Amino acid sequence: MIFFDNVSKIYNSHSVALRDVTLRIEPKEFVSIVGTSGAGKTTLLRLLLREEEPTSGRILLDGFDITDVRRRDLHRIRRRIGTVFQDYKLLPMKTAYENVAFAMEVAGRAPEEIAEDVPQAIQLVGLTGKENNFPHQLSGGEKQRIAIARALINRPDVLLADEPSGNLDPVNTAEIVKLLLKVNGLGTTVLLATHDSKVINDLGRRVITFDAGRIVSDEEHGTYMPDVGEEKI
Amino acid sequence: MALTTLKRVLSAGYVSFRRNAWLSLATIMVMALALFVIGNLIFLGAFANTVLAQLESRIDVSIYFQPNASERDIFSVKHDLESHADVADVAYTSRDAALAAFRDRHKDNQLITGALAELGDNPLEASINVKAKDSSRFAAISSFLEQKNYSIVDKINFSENERVVERLGSILTAVRASGAVLALVLAVIAMLVAFNTLRLVIYTMREEIGIMRLVGGTGWFIRGPFLVSGALYGFFAALVTTVIFFPLTWYASPKLAFLVPEFNLFSYFLLHLVEFSLIMFTFGITLGILSSFIAVRRYLHV
Ligand SMILES: Nc1ncnc2c1ncn2[C@@H]1O[C@H](COP(=O)(O)OP(=O)(O)OP(=O)(O)O)[C@@H](O)[C@H]1O
Ligand SMILES: [Mg+2]
Repeated sequence: MIFFDNVSKIYNSHSVALRDVTLRIEPKEFVSIVGTSGAGKTTLLRLLLREEEPTSGRILLDGFDITDVRRRDLHRIRRRIGTVFQDYKLLPMKTAYENVAFAMEVAGRAPEEIAEDVPQAIQLVGLTGKENNFPHQLSGGEKQRIAIARALINRPDVLLADEPSGNLDPVNTAEIVKLLLKVNGLGTTVLLATHDSKVINDLGRRVITFDAGRIVSDEEHGTYMPDVGEEKI
Repeated sequence: MALTTLKRVLSAGYVSFRRNAWLSLATIMVMALALFVIGNLIFLGAFANTVLAQLESRIDVSIYFQPNASERDIFSVKHDLESHADVADVAYTSRDAALAAFRDRHKDNQLITGALAELGDNPLEASINVKAKDSSRFAAISSFLEQKNYSIVDKINFSENERVVERLGSILTAVRASGAVLALVLAVIAMLVAFNTLRLVIYTMREEIGIMRLVGGTGWFIRGPFLVSGALYGFFAALVTTVIFFPLTWYASPKLAFLVPEFNLFSYFLLHLVEFSLIMFTFGITLGILSSFIAVRRYLHV
Protein backbone atom coordinates (compact mmCIF):
# COMPACT_ATOMS: atom_id res chain seq x y z
CA MET A 1 0.00 0.00 0.00
CA ILE A 2 1.17 3.51 -0.83
CA PHE A 3 -0.07 6.38 1.30
CA PHE A 4 0.72 10.07 0.81
CA ASP A 5 -0.30 11.80 4.01
CA ASN A 6 -0.80 15.52 3.52
CA VAL A 7 2.36 15.87 1.46
CA SER A 8 3.68 19.18 0.17
CA LYS A 9 6.77 19.78 -1.90
CA ILE A 10 8.08 23.30 -2.26
CA TYR A 11 11.27 23.47 -4.32
CA ASN A 12 11.49 27.21 -3.80
CA SER A 13 9.13 30.14 -3.46
CA HIS A 14 8.55 30.20 -7.24
CA SER A 15 7.80 26.54 -7.67
CA VAL A 16 5.42 24.81 -5.34
CA ALA A 17 5.17 21.39 -6.94
CA LEU A 18 2.71 19.66 -4.57
CA ARG A 19 0.26 21.09 -2.03
CA ASP A 20 -1.36 19.04 0.73
CA VAL A 21 -1.64 15.88 -1.30
CA THR A 22 -3.34 12.97 0.45
CA LEU A 23 -3.55 9.83 -1.63
CA ARG A 24 -3.98 6.14 -1.00
CA ILE A 25 -3.09 3.43 -3.51
CA GLU A 26 -3.87 -0.20 -2.78
CA PRO A 27 -1.57 -3.06 -3.80
CA LYS A 28 -2.03 -4.32 -7.36
CA GLU A 29 -3.87 -1.14 -8.39
CA PHE A 30 -3.27 0.47 -11.77
CA VAL A 31 -3.38 4.23 -11.30
CA SER A 32 -2.89 6.93 -13.91
CA ILE A 33 -1.66 10.34 -12.83
CA VAL A 34 -2.61 13.07 -15.25
CA GLY A 35 -2.41 16.81 -15.40
CA THR A 36 -0.96 19.66 -17.39
CA SER A 37 2.76 20.14 -17.72
CA GLY A 38 4.16 21.31 -14.40
CA ALA A 39 1.21 19.94 -12.42
CA GLY A 40 3.52 17.89 -10.19
CA LYS A 41 3.27 14.37 -11.65
CA THR A 42 7.01 13.74 -11.83
CA THR A 43 7.50 15.27 -8.41
CA LEU A 44 5.01 12.79 -6.93
CA LEU A 45 6.96 9.86 -8.36
CA ARG A 46 10.31 11.31 -7.30
CA LEU A 47 9.09 11.61 -3.74
CA LEU A 48 8.07 7.96 -3.72
CA LEU A 49 11.57 6.99 -4.83
CA ARG A 50 13.08 9.37 -2.26
CA GLU A 51 14.89 11.15 -5.07
CA GLU A 52 13.46 14.21 -3.32
CA GLU A 53 12.24 14.69 0.22
CA PRO A 54 8.83 16.20 0.93
CA THR A 55 8.74 19.62 2.51
CA SER A 56 6.02 18.38 4.84
CA GLY A 57 3.88 15.31 5.31
CA ARG A 58 4.57 11.58 5.41
CA ILE A 59 4.88 8.98 2.68
CA LEU A 60 4.18 5.40 3.68
CA LEU A 61 5.16 2.34 1.69
CA ASP A 62 3.57 -0.76 3.23
CA GLY A 63 3.28 1.03 6.54
CA PHE A 64 6.89 2.26 6.55
CA ASP A 65 7.53 5.98 6.50
CA ILE A 66 10.09 6.24 3.70
CA THR A 67 11.12 9.73 4.80
CA ASP A 68 12.59 8.03 7.90
CA VAL A 69 14.84 5.71 5.91
CA ARG A 70 18.51 6.54 6.32
CA ARG A 71 20.38 7.52 3.19
CA ARG A 72 22.53 4.41 3.16
CA ASP A 73 19.43 2.20 3.34
CA LEU A 74 17.65 3.88 0.43
CA HIS A 75 18.56 1.06 -1.95
CA ARG A 76 16.15 -1.15 0.01
CA ILE A 77 13.20 0.99 -1.08
CA ARG A 78 14.49 1.48 -4.58
CA ARG A 79 14.97 -2.20 -5.29
CA ARG A 80 11.27 -2.75 -4.63
CA ILE A 81 10.33 -0.01 -7.09
CA GLY A 82 10.99 -0.18 -10.81
CA THR A 83 11.09 3.21 -12.50
CA VAL A 84 10.78 4.39 -16.08
CA PHE A 85 12.11 7.93 -15.88
CA GLN A 86 10.77 10.70 -18.06
CA ASP A 87 14.35 11.37 -19.22
CA TYR A 88 15.17 7.61 -19.34
CA LYS A 89 18.29 7.91 -17.15
CA LEU A 90 20.22 5.21 -18.98
CA LEU A 91 23.91 4.80 -18.17
CA PRO A 92 25.69 6.31 -21.22
CA MET A 93 28.82 4.17 -20.97
CA LYS A 94 26.92 0.91 -20.81
CA THR A 95 25.24 -0.98 -23.67
CA ALA A 96 21.50 -1.62 -23.79
CA TYR A 97 22.10 -5.12 -22.43
CA GLU A 98 24.37 -3.88 -19.65
CA ASN A 99 21.88 -1.19 -18.65
CA VAL A 100 19.22 -3.80 -18.05
CA ALA A 101 21.66 -6.23 -16.46
CA PHE A 102 22.94 -3.51 -14.13
CA ALA A 103 19.64 -3.37 -12.25
CA MET A 104 19.98 -7.11 -11.60
CA GLU A 105 23.66 -6.89 -10.63
CA VAL A 106 22.85 -4.16 -8.17
CA ALA A 107 20.24 -6.42 -6.59
CA GLY A 108 22.86 -9.16 -6.24
CA ARG A 109 21.25 -11.62 -8.65
CA ALA A 110 23.18 -14.64 -9.86
CA PRO A 111 25.00 -14.46 -13.22
CA GLU A 112 22.96 -17.39 -14.63
CA GLU A 113 19.74 -15.62 -13.74
CA ILE A 114 20.95 -12.45 -15.44
CA ALA A 115 21.99 -14.33 -18.57
CA GLU A 116 18.52 -15.82 -18.77
CA ASP A 117 16.29 -12.86 -17.83
CA VAL A 118 17.93 -9.95 -19.66
CA PRO A 119 17.50 -11.31 -23.23
CA GLN A 120 13.90 -12.15 -22.38
CA ALA A 121 13.19 -8.62 -21.16
CA ILE A 122 14.85 -7.14 -24.23
CA GLN A 123 12.75 -9.38 -26.43
CA LEU A 124 9.64 -8.32 -24.52
CA VAL A 125 10.23 -4.67 -25.41
CA GLY A 126 11.10 -5.66 -28.99
CA LEU A 127 14.76 -4.67 -29.03
CA THR A 128 16.42 -7.98 -29.79
CA GLY A 129 19.41 -7.25 -32.01
CA LYS A 130 20.16 -3.89 -30.38
CA GLU A 131 21.65 -5.34 -27.18
CA ASN A 132 25.12 -4.04 -27.88
CA ASN A 133 24.12 -0.51 -28.82
CA PHE A 134 25.06 2.25 -26.45
CA PRO A 135 22.25 4.68 -25.52
CA HIS A 136 23.53 7.29 -27.97
CA GLN A 137 23.14 4.69 -30.71
CA LEU A 138 19.45 4.21 -29.90
CA SER A 139 16.42 6.27 -30.98
CA GLY A 140 14.32 8.05 -28.37
CA GLY A 141 11.67 5.34 -28.45
CA GLU A 142 14.28 2.61 -28.22
CA LYS A 143 15.87 4.25 -25.20
CA GLN A 144 12.45 4.44 -23.63
CA ARG A 145 11.88 0.73 -24.19
CA ILE A 146 15.25 -0.16 -22.67
CA ALA A 147 14.29 1.96 -19.67
CA ILE A 148 11.06 -0.05 -19.43
CA ALA A 149 12.94 -3.34 -19.65
CA ARG A 150 15.22 -2.19 -16.83
CA ALA A 151 12.28 -1.13 -14.68
CA LEU A 152 10.59 -4.52 -15.06
CA ILE A 153 13.60 -6.80 -14.82
CA ASN A 154 13.56 -7.27 -11.03
CA ARG A 155 9.79 -7.89 -10.90
CA PRO A 156 9.26 -4.93 -8.57
CA ASP A 157 6.33 -4.53 -6.18
CA VAL A 158 5.67 -1.09 -7.60
CA LEU A 159 6.26 0.22 -11.11
CA LEU A 160 6.55 3.97 -11.66
CA ALA A 161 6.20 4.94 -15.31
CA ASP A 162 6.72 8.61 -16.14
CA GLU A 163 5.54 9.25 -19.71
CA PRO A 164 6.65 5.77 -20.84
CA SER A 165 5.08 6.38 -24.26
CA GLY A 166 6.25 9.95 -24.69
CA ASN A 167 8.45 9.13 -27.66
CA LEU A 168 6.51 6.25 -29.15
CA ASP A 169 4.20 6.00 -32.14
CA PRO A 170 0.59 4.82 -31.56
CA VAL A 171 1.42 1.19 -32.37
CA ASN A 172 4.28 1.05 -29.90
CA THR A 173 2.30 3.00 -27.34
CA ALA A 174 -0.44 0.39 -27.48
CA GLU A 175 2.23 -2.31 -27.00
CA ILE A 176 3.65 -0.58 -23.96
CA VAL A 177 0.25 -0.09 -22.39
CA LYS A 178 -0.50 -3.78 -22.96
CA LEU A 179 2.81 -4.59 -21.29
CA LEU A 180 1.99 -2.40 -18.28
CA LEU A 181 -1.39 -4.07 -17.93
CA LYS A 182 0.26 -7.48 -18.11
CA VAL A 183 2.76 -6.55 -15.41
CA ASN A 184 -0.11 -5.23 -13.33
CA GLY A 185 -1.96 -8.50 -13.87
CA LEU A 186 1.03 -10.34 -12.40
CA GLY A 187 0.57 -8.38 -9.17
CA THR A 188 2.63 -5.21 -9.56
CA THR A 189 1.18 -1.87 -8.49
CA VAL A 190 1.51 0.51 -11.46
CA LEU A 191 1.66 4.30 -11.30
CA LEU A 192 1.52 5.81 -14.76
CA ALA A 193 2.08 9.53 -15.25
CA THR A 194 1.09 10.81 -18.66
CA HIS A 195 -0.44 13.54 -20.80
CA ASP A 196 -1.74 11.09 -23.32
CA SER A 197 -5.53 11.29 -23.03
CA LYS A 198 -6.04 8.48 -25.54
CA VAL A 199 -4.04 6.07 -23.42
CA ILE A 200 -6.01 7.00 -20.30
CA ASN A 201 -9.40 6.83 -21.92
CA ASP A 202 -8.72 3.38 -23.41
CA LEU A 203 -7.57 2.03 -20.08
CA GLY A 204 -10.70 2.57 -18.05
CA ARG A 205 -8.78 2.45 -14.78
CA ARG A 206 -8.42 4.80 -11.82
CA VAL A 207 -7.33 8.30 -12.86
CA ILE A 208 -6.04 11.00 -10.52
CA THR A 209 -5.88 14.47 -12.02
CA PHE A 210 -3.44 17.08 -10.73
CA ASP A 211 -3.52 20.77 -11.30
CA ALA A 212 -0.86 23.13 -9.96
CA GLY A 213 0.16 20.59 -7.32
CA ARG A 214 -3.34 19.76 -6.06
CA ILE A 215 -5.52 16.74 -6.68
CA VAL A 216 -8.57 18.01 -8.55
CA SER A 217 -10.24 14.70 -9.25
CA ASP A 218 -9.84 11.02 -8.41
CA GLU A 219 -12.14 8.68 -10.30
CA GLU A 220 -12.40 4.90 -10.22
CA HIS A 221 -12.96 4.60 -13.97
CA GLY A 222 -11.63 7.92 -15.01
CA THR A 223 -11.10 9.74 -18.22
CA TYR A 224 -8.86 12.64 -19.05
CA MET A 225 -10.08 15.57 -21.07
CA PRO A 226 -7.42 18.21 -21.32
CA ASP A 227 -8.79 21.66 -22.10
CA VAL A 228 -8.63 22.70 -25.67
CA GLY A 229 -5.87 25.14 -24.82
CA GLU A 230 -3.55 22.45 -23.59
CA GLU A 231 -4.23 20.06 -26.41
CA LYS A 232 -2.52 22.48 -28.79
CA ILE A 233 0.73 22.46 -26.83
CA MET B 1 27.51 -13.68 -3.36
CA ALA B 2 30.28 -11.50 -1.97
CA LEU B 3 32.64 -13.00 -4.52
CA THR B 4 30.20 -12.27 -7.36
CA THR B 5 29.90 -8.68 -6.15
CA LEU B 6 33.67 -8.32 -6.00
CA LYS B 7 33.99 -9.71 -9.52
CA ARG B 8 31.32 -7.31 -10.76
CA VAL B 9 33.00 -4.32 -9.14
CA LEU B 10 36.44 -5.25 -10.53
CA SER B 11 35.17 -5.87 -14.03
CA ALA B 12 33.02 -2.71 -14.04
CA GLY B 13 36.06 -0.68 -12.96
CA TYR B 14 38.21 -2.23 -15.66
CA VAL B 15 35.56 -1.84 -18.39
CA SER B 16 35.00 1.82 -17.55
CA PHE B 17 38.77 2.39 -17.54
CA ARG B 18 38.99 0.86 -21.02
CA ARG B 19 35.90 2.47 -22.54
CA ASN B 20 36.95 5.93 -21.41
CA ALA B 21 40.34 5.29 -22.98
CA TRP B 22 41.18 8.90 -23.77
CA LEU B 23 40.06 10.16 -20.42
CA SER B 24 42.05 7.41 -18.74
CA LEU B 25 45.12 8.23 -20.78
CA ALA B 26 44.90 11.93 -19.93
CA THR B 27 44.43 11.15 -16.24
CA ILE B 28 47.39 8.78 -16.25
CA MET B 29 49.53 11.48 -17.84
CA VAL B 30 48.66 14.06 -15.21
CA MET B 31 49.23 11.57 -12.41
CA ALA B 32 52.51 10.52 -14.00
CA LEU B 33 53.53 14.17 -14.01
CA ALA B 34 52.78 14.40 -10.30
CA LEU B 35 54.78 11.23 -9.61
CA PHE B 36 57.55 12.57 -11.83
CA VAL B 37 57.83 15.64 -9.61
CA ILE B 38 57.96 13.44 -6.52
CA GLY B 39 60.57 11.20 -8.16
CA ASN B 40 62.71 14.21 -9.00
CA LEU B 41 62.44 15.40 -5.42
CA ILE B 42 63.75 12.06 -4.25
CA PHE B 43 66.75 12.34 -6.59
CA LEU B 44 67.30 15.95 -5.66
CA GLY B 45 67.31 14.96 -2.00
CA ALA B 46 69.89 12.23 -2.64
CA PHE B 47 72.00 14.64 -4.68
CA ALA B 48 71.83 17.36 -2.06
CA ASN B 49 72.73 14.87 0.65
CA THR B 50 75.81 13.78 -1.27
CA VAL B 51 76.86 17.37 -1.83
CA LEU B 52 76.29 18.31 1.80
CA ALA B 53 78.12 15.20 3.01
CA GLN B 54 81.02 16.08 0.74
CA LEU B 55 81.13 19.59 2.13
CA GLU B 56 80.94 18.30 5.66
CA SER B 57 83.67 15.76 5.15
CA ARG B 58 85.94 18.54 4.01
CA ILE B 59 85.53 20.26 7.33
CA ASP B 60 88.03 18.77 9.72
CA VAL B 61 90.52 19.57 12.47
CA SER B 62 94.21 18.86 12.19
CA ILE B 63 96.31 18.48 15.32
CA TYR B 64 100.07 18.87 14.79
CA PHE B 65 102.52 17.37 17.25
CA GLN B 66 105.96 18.52 18.43
CA PRO B 67 108.68 16.86 16.32
CA ASN B 68 110.05 15.08 19.37
CA ALA B 69 106.70 13.62 20.49
CA SER B 70 106.78 9.85 20.73
CA GLU B 71 104.36 7.78 18.71
CA ARG B 72 103.11 6.18 21.94
CA ASP B 73 101.97 9.56 23.30
CA ILE B 74 100.43 10.53 19.97
CA PHE B 75 98.48 7.26 19.90
CA SER B 76 97.12 7.89 23.36
CA VAL B 77 95.77 11.24 22.15
CA LYS B 78 94.36 9.49 19.10
CA HIS B 79 92.73 6.93 21.38
CA ASP B 80 91.16 9.70 23.51
CA LEU B 81 89.66 11.26 20.41
CA GLU B 82 88.40 7.97 19.02
CA SER B 83 86.39 7.35 22.13
CA HIS B 84 84.81 10.81 21.99
CA ALA B 85 81.13 10.62 21.10
CA ASP B 86 81.17 13.43 18.53
CA VAL B 87 84.12 12.13 16.54
CA ALA B 88 83.39 10.23 13.34
CA ASP B 89 86.88 9.45 12.12
CA VAL B 90 90.49 9.92 13.22
CA ALA B 91 93.41 9.55 10.81
CA TYR B 92 97.06 9.55 11.87
CA THR B 93 99.83 10.78 9.58
CA SER B 94 103.36 10.05 10.74
CA ARG B 95 106.28 12.42 10.03
CA ASP B 96 107.60 10.03 7.36
CA ALA B 97 104.23 9.67 5.69
CA ALA B 98 103.79 13.45 5.69
CA LEU B 99 107.18 13.88 4.06
CA ALA B 100 106.48 11.22 1.45
CA ALA B 101 103.17 12.85 0.58
CA PHE B 102 104.84 16.25 0.42
CA ARG B 103 107.59 14.92 -1.86
CA ASP B 104 105.05 13.26 -4.06
CA ARG B 105 103.01 16.41 -4.35
CA HIS B 106 106.03 18.48 -5.36
CA LYS B 107 107.99 15.92 -7.33
CA ASP B 108 107.98 18.17 -10.41
CA ASN B 109 109.21 21.19 -8.54
CA GLN B 110 113.01 20.98 -8.49
CA LEU B 111 113.40 23.98 -6.21
CA ILE B 112 111.48 22.29 -3.39
CA THR B 113 113.03 18.83 -3.84
CA GLY B 114 116.45 20.46 -3.91
CA ALA B 115 115.73 22.42 -0.73
CA LEU B 116 114.52 19.27 1.01
CA ALA B 117 117.65 17.35 0.06
CA GLU B 118 119.85 20.17 1.36
CA LEU B 119 117.94 20.22 4.64
CA GLY B 120 118.66 16.52 5.22
CA ASP B 121 116.34 16.38 8.20
CA ASN B 122 112.51 15.89 8.05
CA PRO B 123 110.99 19.33 8.75
CA LEU B 124 107.37 18.09 8.90
CA GLU B 125 105.34 17.27 11.97
CA ALA B 126 103.18 14.24 12.68
CA SER B 127 99.47 15.04 12.69
CA ILE B 128 96.05 13.68 13.48
CA ASN B 129 93.11 14.58 11.32
CA VAL B 130 89.71 14.55 13.07
CA LYS B 131 86.32 14.44 11.38
CA ALA B 132 83.18 15.17 13.37
CA LYS B 133 79.95 13.19 13.07
CA ASP B 134 78.42 16.38 11.74
CA SER B 135 79.50 19.95 11.40
CA SER B 136 77.66 21.17 14.47
CA ARG B 137 79.77 18.97 16.79
CA PHE B 138 83.09 20.74 16.30
CA ALA B 139 82.48 23.07 19.20
CA ALA B 140 82.31 20.09 21.55
CA ILE B 141 85.51 18.62 20.15
CA SER B 142 87.24 21.96 20.43
CA SER B 143 86.39 22.40 24.10
CA PHE B 144 87.43 18.81 24.75
CA LEU B 145 90.89 19.49 23.30
CA GLU B 146 91.19 22.76 25.20
CA GLN B 147 90.36 21.07 28.44
CA LYS B 148 92.87 18.23 27.91
CA ASN B 149 95.60 20.68 26.98
CA TYR B 150 98.05 17.99 25.73
CA SER B 151 101.68 19.07 26.14
CA ILE B 152 102.88 17.29 23.00
CA VAL B 153 100.44 19.21 20.81
CA ASP B 154 102.22 21.89 18.82
CA LYS B 155 99.22 23.54 17.25
CA ILE B 156 95.63 22.83 16.42
CA ASN B 157 94.63 23.91 12.96
CA PHE B 158 91.18 24.73 14.12
CA SER B 159 90.90 28.04 15.80
CA GLU B 160 91.47 29.73 12.45
CA ASN B 161 88.80 27.66 10.74
CA GLU B 162 86.50 27.60 13.66
CA ARG B 163 84.23 30.40 12.52
CA VAL B 164 84.05 29.13 8.95
CA VAL B 165 83.27 25.68 10.25
CA GLU B 166 80.57 26.95 12.55
CA ARG B 167 78.94 29.07 9.88
CA LEU B 168 79.05 26.32 7.32
CA GLY B 169 77.46 24.05 9.88
CA SER B 170 74.50 26.37 10.43
CA ILE B 171 74.13 26.94 6.68
CA LEU B 172 73.98 23.21 6.07
CA THR B 173 71.31 22.77 8.74
CA ALA B 174 69.24 25.56 7.20
CA VAL B 175 69.61 24.14 3.68
CA ARG B 176 68.45 20.73 4.86
CA ALA B 177 65.42 22.09 6.68
CA SER B 178 64.25 24.46 3.95
CA GLY B 179 64.91 21.82 1.29
CA ALA B 180 62.67 19.39 3.12
CA VAL B 181 59.92 22.01 3.45
CA LEU B 182 60.19 22.96 -0.22
CA ALA B 183 60.08 19.32 -1.28
CA LEU B 184 57.02 18.76 0.86
CA VAL B 185 55.24 21.78 -0.61
CA LEU B 186 56.03 20.69 -4.18
CA ALA B 187 54.91 17.15 -3.47
CA VAL B 188 51.63 18.40 -2.00
CA ILE B 189 51.01 20.63 -5.03
CA ALA B 190 51.70 17.73 -7.39
CA MET B 191 49.28 15.55 -5.48
CA LEU B 192 46.61 18.26 -5.46
CA VAL B 193 46.86 18.56 -9.23
CA ALA B 194 46.39 14.82 -9.61
CA PHE B 195 43.53 14.84 -7.12
CA ASN B 196 41.73 17.62 -8.96
CA THR B 197 42.09 15.85 -12.27
CA LEU B 198 40.45 12.78 -10.83
CA ARG B 199 37.74 14.94 -9.33
CA LEU B 200 37.07 16.38 -12.76
CA VAL B 201 36.86 12.90 -14.27
CA ILE B 202 34.33 11.85 -11.67
CA TYR B 203 32.46 15.12 -12.02
CA THR B 204 31.75 14.17 -15.64
CA MET B 205 30.23 10.93 -14.34
CA ARG B 206 28.13 12.46 -11.57
CA GLU B 207 24.84 11.82 -13.33
CA GLU B 208 25.68 8.16 -13.78
CA ILE B 209 26.40 7.91 -10.08
CA GLY B 210 22.95 9.36 -9.36
CA ILE B 211 21.29 6.93 -11.77
CA MET B 212 23.04 3.98 -10.17
CA ARG B 213 21.68 5.08 -6.81
CA LEU B 214 18.14 5.44 -8.19
CA VAL B 215 18.08 1.93 -9.61
CA GLY B 216 19.03 0.56 -6.21
CA GLY B 217 22.82 0.54 -5.99
CA THR B 218 24.48 0.61 -2.57
CA GLY B 219 27.23 3.13 -1.92
CA TRP B 220 29.99 0.54 -2.11
CA PHE B 221 28.67 -1.15 -5.22
CA ILE B 222 28.76 2.18 -7.04
CA ARG B 223 31.96 3.49 -5.49
CA GLY B 224 33.87 0.25 -6.04
CA PRO B 225 34.41 0.52 -9.81
CA PHE B 226 35.63 4.10 -9.41
CA LEU B 227 38.19 2.97 -6.86
CA VAL B 228 39.31 0.23 -9.26
CA SER B 229 39.71 2.76 -12.09
CA GLY B 230 41.57 5.08 -9.70
CA ALA B 231 43.95 2.28 -8.74
CA LEU B 232 44.53 1.51 -12.42
CA TYR B 233 45.31 5.17 -13.17
CA GLY B 234 47.80 5.19 -10.30
CA PHE B 235 49.35 1.89 -11.35
CA PHE B 236 49.95 2.95 -14.93
CA ALA B 237 51.13 6.41 -13.89
CA ALA B 238 53.73 4.80 -11.60
CA LEU B 239 54.76 2.40 -14.36
CA VAL B 240 55.21 5.23 -16.87
CA THR B 241 57.18 7.33 -14.40
CA THR B 242 59.49 4.52 -13.34
CA VAL B 243 60.20 3.54 -16.94
CA ILE B 244 60.85 7.14 -17.97
CA PHE B 245 63.46 7.54 -15.25
CA PHE B 246 65.71 4.88 -16.84
CA PRO B 247 66.75 6.92 -19.90
CA LEU B 248 66.46 10.16 -17.96
CA THR B 249 68.85 9.29 -15.14
CA TRP B 250 71.18 7.63 -17.62
CA TYR B 251 71.28 10.82 -19.63
CA ALA B 252 71.58 13.21 -16.68
CA SER B 253 74.14 11.12 -14.79
CA PRO B 254 77.36 12.32 -16.53
CA LYS B 255 76.18 15.93 -16.38
CA LEU B 256 75.69 15.76 -12.64
CA ALA B 257 78.92 13.83 -12.17
CA PHE B 258 80.64 16.78 -13.77
CA LEU B 259 79.39 18.95 -10.91
CA VAL B 260 79.83 16.45 -8.09
CA PRO B 261 82.02 13.50 -9.09
CA GLU B 262 80.94 11.51 -6.03
CA PHE B 263 77.31 11.37 -7.21
CA ASN B 264 76.32 8.89 -9.90
CA LEU B 265 72.60 9.38 -10.54
CA PHE B 266 72.10 6.38 -12.78
CA SER B 267 73.72 3.91 -10.43
CA TYR B 268 71.90 5.52 -7.51
CA PHE B 269 68.63 4.89 -9.41
CA LEU B 270 69.52 1.30 -10.23
CA LEU B 271 70.70 0.64 -6.68
CA HIS B 272 67.44 1.96 -5.21
CA LEU B 273 65.15 0.77 -8.00
CA VAL B 274 63.06 -1.43 -5.71
CA GLU B 275 62.51 1.26 -3.08
CA PHE B 276 61.96 3.86 -5.76
CA SER B 277 59.33 1.95 -7.68
CA LEU B 278 57.72 0.91 -4.40
CA ILE B 279 57.34 4.58 -3.50
CA MET B 280 55.98 5.41 -6.96
CA PHE B 281 53.44 2.57 -6.98
CA THR B 282 52.36 3.14 -3.38
CA PHE B 283 51.96 6.87 -3.98
CA GLY B 284 50.21 6.45 -7.33
CA ILE B 285 47.77 3.75 -6.32
CA THR B 286 46.96 5.33 -2.95
CA LEU B 287 46.46 8.70 -4.59
CA GLY B 288 44.20 7.19 -7.26
CA ILE B 289 42.04 5.29 -4.80
CA LEU B 290 41.85 8.06 -2.21
CA SER B 291 41.05 10.79 -4.73
CA SER B 292 38.30 8.68 -6.31
CA PHE B 293 36.90 7.86 -2.91
CA ILE B 294 36.67 11.51 -1.89
CA ALA B 295 35.39 12.64 -5.30
CA VAL B 296 32.63 10.04 -5.61
CA ARG B 297 31.38 10.71 -2.10
CA ARG B 298 29.50 13.88 -2.80
CA TYR B 299 27.64 12.50 -5.81
CA LEU B 300 26.44 9.49 -3.86
CA HIS B 301 24.10 11.69 -1.83
CA VAL B 302 21.14 10.81 -4.03
N1 LIG C 1 14.40 20.47 -9.11
C1 LIG C 1 13.47 21.44 -9.18
N2 LIG C 1 13.73 22.67 -8.68
C2 LIG C 1 12.80 23.65 -8.71
N3 LIG C 1 11.59 23.51 -9.24
C3 LIG C 1 11.26 22.30 -9.75
C4 LIG C 1 12.19 21.22 -9.76
N4 LIG C 1 11.60 20.16 -10.33
C5 LIG C 1 10.37 20.56 -10.67
N5 LIG C 1 10.17 21.84 -10.34
C6 LIG C 1 8.93 22.58 -10.53
O1 LIG C 1 7.87 21.89 -9.90
C7 LIG C 1 6.70 21.90 -10.68
C8 LIG C 1 6.22 20.49 -10.94
O2 LIG C 1 7.15 19.85 -11.77
P1 LIG C 1 6.97 18.35 -12.27
O3 LIG C 1 8.23 17.96 -12.95
O4 LIG C 1 6.53 17.51 -11.15
O5 LIG C 1 5.81 18.52 -13.34
P2 LIG C 1 5.16 17.41 -14.26
O6 LIG C 1 3.72 17.34 -13.90
O7 LIG C 1 5.92 16.17 -14.23
O8 LIG C 1 5.27 18.11 -15.70
P3 LIG C 1 5.52 17.40 -17.12
O9 LIG C 1 4.22 16.85 -17.55
O10 LIG C 1 5.95 18.52 -17.99
O11 LIG C 1 6.57 16.35 -16.94
C9 LIG C 1 7.05 22.67 -11.94
O12 LIG C 1 6.54 23.99 -11.78
C10 LIG C 1 8.54 22.70 -11.99
O13 LIG C 1 9.00 23.89 -12.55
MG1 LIG D 1 7.04 15.14 -15.56
